[in-house]
Amino acid sequence: MMEVTYLGVIIKAILILAIISAVAGFGTYIERKILAFMQRRLGPMHVGPYGLLQIAADGIKLFTKEDFIPQNANKLIFMIAPIITAATAFIALSAVPVFPDFTIFGIFVPSVASDINIGILFVLGMMAAGLYGPLLAGMSQANKWGLIGAARTAAQFVSYEVVTGLSLLAPIMMVGSLSLIDFNHYNETHAWMVFTQPLAFVLFLIAGFAETNRTPFDLLEHEAEVVAGYATEYSGMRWGMFFIGEYANMITIAVLASIVFLGGYTDLGFIPGWLAIILKIAFMFFLMLWVRASWPHVRPDQFMWLAWKVLMPLAVINVVITGIVIMV
Amino acid sequence: MIPFAFYLFAVLITGLFLVAVLSRNVLYAMTSLAAGMVLISGLFFILGADFLGVVQLIVYVGAVMGLYAFAMMFFDVSREVRETRSNPWLVFLLGGGIALMLVVMFAAPIVGDSVKALYPPVAHTTNPQAVGLVLFTKYLLPFEVASVMLLVAMIAGIILAGRKMEISLSAMDEDILPETKENA
Repeated sequence: MMEVTYLGVIIKAILILAIISAVAGFGTYIERKILAFMQRRLGPMHVGPYGLLQIAADGIKLFTKEDFIPQNANKLIFMIAPIITAATAFIALSAVPVFPDFTIFGIFVPSVASDINIGILFVLGMMAAGLYGPLLAGMSQANKWGLIGAARTAAQFVSYEVVTGLSLLAPIMMVGSLSLIDFNHYNETHAWMVFTQPLAFVLFLIAGFAETNRTPFDLLEHEAEVVAGYATEYSGMRWGMFFIGEYANMITIAVLASIVFLGGYTDLGFIPGWLAIILKIAFMFFLMLWVRASWPHVRPDQFMWLAWKVLMPLAVINVVITGIVIMV
Repeated sequence: MIPFAFYLFAVLITGLFLVAVLSRNVLYAMTSLAAGMVLISGLFFILGADFLGVVQLIVYVGAVMGLYAFAMMFFDVSREVRETRSNPWLVFLLGGGIALMLVVMFAAPIVGDSVKALYPPVAHTTNPQAVGLVLFTKYLLPFEVASVMLLVAMIAGIILAGRKMEISLSAMDEDILPETKENA
């Protein structure tokens, strides 16, 4: 029954690519609309009903725009960098379960493209490898703003990565497994982790915002300071790939938060599991936009101060307290 | 399938690390080193050591290469690095060493057949549990020594970098800064 076929894996990989790319495109529209409503504007309105076809217009623009490579740039690395961002974001999604296992046409379908028993670490490791996209992009483009963006990438990365790992360590200790499916089973019999590990949830959220370069921590590309940071010299589809990667990472963080802290895809009263997790992911996505509309971004030194002097000690204390509670 | 994957990874890793050593461009060297590190984790996955594979990803690709990248910011990446090889004896010794190592590597399977695992993995444990069991029983002492060593390195790092740490340039009043005085 638990048979995994090559065909099934390939179909799921293609489905992940297709669905997440589409959702990423749609995410840009939703982001502009929600930001517009929060700022009492209308947002995109002209293309199609309520501006819905704006995505198609943007897509045509991105695909047909000239792919520009600066003269003094390192051409090979410059061309590879956006692919790294997009690829690592999608590879990270391959180990994330979204729906409960189901049966279709009499064939048993497990919910995750590749169920490795250290799922949560794999996702974090792959997202960590995503750092090379902005880093190499910034260093290869022979542009001062890009170099500053790359330096900020490295500085931001070493700051938040510690917090992500340590904040997830306490839930991992409680579940006693690294498999995301075990995390979901834990939620079936216990209270949601957000109630038993509230501090870890907040720390993970903050680190997740930094991981996806969302607004309070979008140091790498903040327009008012470094033009567009690592993406200054990019145009067309290569620029688009950075943002598909960013939206895919946002979805990954939203799924991780839903499964680890918010009960995952267990049935919620009368709401079936698959609908419950879609609602949770949508809420987490909305939360990221909400925060973007509400908060100004921080300075790099403020972010590093926050990560090293506040969040990391809090995460360590949380791990120690969790350990004592489990031992007693 | 597994031999094919192994040879694919082996060829790619060797090629990428050759680029890392031979290239005169800092960016090429750094990128290929990072890519090689990612592919090494693939070897761990083939062996069924998922946990070690992910640790390879997080530690080497994430942390170690992240710090390398930080150091690379001080180079001008658009220029080629000029190396000075002054000592011919060094080239001779290193070349001889590499040749010797190749011989040992190709001879290794002859010796390897008779090697038995001293601590075979305990049955019915997952990957992290198996690593933890060996680490906290047989290898507890080396583990603790390593942790003390890392603590020493951390304190040393803080002391080296921590001079004048209470002075924050960005929190300073602008007209106190020495550069702005000169400009004005």
